[in-house]
Amino acid sequence: MTAYPANSVLVLVDVSPAGQLRSSAAEVIGAASTVGTPVALAVAAPGNADRLSAELAALGAGYVMISESAELDTAVVSPLVDALSAAAAAVSPEAVLVSNSIQGRDAAARFAARSGSSLAADAVGVSRDEEGVVAHHSVYGGAYSVDSAAAAGTLVITLRQGSSSVRAAAQDAETELLAVAASGAPDALINSYEETIVASSRPELRGAEVVVSGGRGVGSGENFALVESLADALGGAVGASRAAVDAGYVAQTLQVGQTGVTVAPQLYIALGISGAIQHRAGMQTAKTIIAINKDADAPIFEIADFGVVGDLFTVVPQLVKAIESKRG
Amino acid sequence: MKIVVLMKEVPDTWGDRTLDLETGLLNRAGSDLVLDEITERALEVALTHRDSNPGTEVVLLAVGPATVPNSLRKGLAMGADRAVHVHDDALLGADLTLTAETLAAAIRHIGFDLVVAGNLSTDGGGGVLPSMLAELLGVAGISSLSTVEITDSTVAGRRNIESGAFEVSAALPAVISITEALPDARFSNFKGIMAAKKKPFETLSLADLGITVDENAGRSIIIAVAQRPARTAGIRIEDDGDAGQQIADFLIQNQLIKGRS
Repeated sequence: MTAYPANSVLVLVDVSPAGQLRSSAAEVIGAASTVGTPVALAVAAPGNADRLSAELAALGAGYVMISESAELDTAVVSPLVDALSAAAAAVSPEAVLVSNSIQGRDAAARFAARSGSSLAADAVGVSRDEEGVVAHHSVYGGAYSVDSAAAAGTLVITLRQGSSSVRAAAQDAETELLAVAASGAPDALINSYEETIVASSRPELRGAEVVVSGGRGVGSGENFALVESLADALGGAVGASRAAVDAGYVAQTLQVGQTGVTVAPQLYIALGISGAIQHRAGMQTAKTIIAINKDADAPIFEIADFGVVGDLFTVVPQLVKAIESKRG
Repeated sequence: MKIVVLMKEVPDTWGDRTLDLETGLLNRAGSDLVLDEITERALEVALTHRDSNPGTEVVLLAVGPATVPNSLRKGLAMGADRAVHVHDDALLGADLTLTAETLAAAIRHIGFDLVVAGNLSTDGGGGVLPSMLAELLGVAGISSLSTVEITDSTVAGRRNIESGAFEVSAALPAVISITEALPDARFSNFKGIMAAKKKPFETLSLADLGITVDENAGRSIIIAVAQRPARTAGIRIEDDGDAGQQIADFLIQNQLIKGRS
């Protein structure tokens, strides 16, 4: 049996139903590497262990645990929770780190409740002080920074996706195939799953360095081509305000804001977005904010580093042209 | 069927939300307190089921300070049958684990076939409580449902995750959380508001629920709070025909133009 270091951080990585690592794996292993030795745990259908352990070592996991489960096709969360429990018993980690994806936080929540551990949800970073691992939170749309820690025992942390840019160096990992005893805890049944096919060559909204968002002022779904043209000129992702989503211009998955995706890019460009407080809560930690709106009283101007009162249908094409000519 | 709906009182997202920098707790006096909209949608799910299934009882449950009853009255006015409020000074600053243990004990006290919650509160945004409750109650849990079908013995629906969608089902009793893809809550009318005043309202303490707060248990504690400096407006111009060029110049100066990846 493998002996795990005292500063182990157990990392549950997200794996798709087809057995592929989600992009968040690099982020959670990277964050874990800043506070201890990452021990990556992947739960996948049988036959994936060798490939996944090589991929996780390449992402910087010093140790890899793989739980092969045939139940994943039908059970919503119990294979993950049971595997986390077994892994935690073997590793005795100082902290457990999980991506704050819907799947990840369900598993983390159930594990914390089952083990009586303290839970730090939706952290935007981790660090270490003399007493142990600390979780950093961004509260009320980035208006406050709050640090939390466990009074006793293991701290279970879910890490907001796209919040940490640290990536760990590749390791020669030791792999352990984890034997998991099913808890038999009641669980929901999966009747079918359909992966969303992303045909776009643009970066994902979550974690993108540049985000160009459109609001009600864009006027129609067809007009969103203008937003896309600027995003493509800057190599950025496309987002939208809730008003644009509610008006049916774009899918809800593009919604930036308190109830949508929270982004913290280097550059955020708001086109025809008034800047309702709920939208600002999802983007105001962007490094630089640019806003174009014909309403001079739009609240978005209160937080924009560069604001243009004008018609986005004349300003944006000119801007795209200027960017293209600059880049040659 | 008995449906327990978890309600949360939060500071209104349309107003200022401030934290006490000493304690890290919400500054309640400085905020407008309202029911979180997503929990009103959760109530709507329960009321819609009761509309077509007489014999369904819809019970509101909230944990929080003395202000909570005012918020719960709104849910009663919308049509819930009764409300339960867990109020205890020892819950001040409760972490997720203690909150989940308290809610689980209150749900057991009420009895339930189905617990309905919102997927994410607008203040904490953790999204973990429904799953913690399912674990503590020893029942199936389904989070992030964008559709809900309830029968006498099952709950089913579409569960959207970031990269796809599951069709899932579970036997009752169960805990579900719903997203804002589900319909907005109904309005309360005058009759509902008057009726709300007469509906049963139960207040419980931790002692009533048999919970003692253990200082040495695994709890999450706040160790630091800081306010970020507010963003301030930068340059603002009116477009005189060259605004696009001016933005490009600004991007170049700030080295924000990158190649296509």
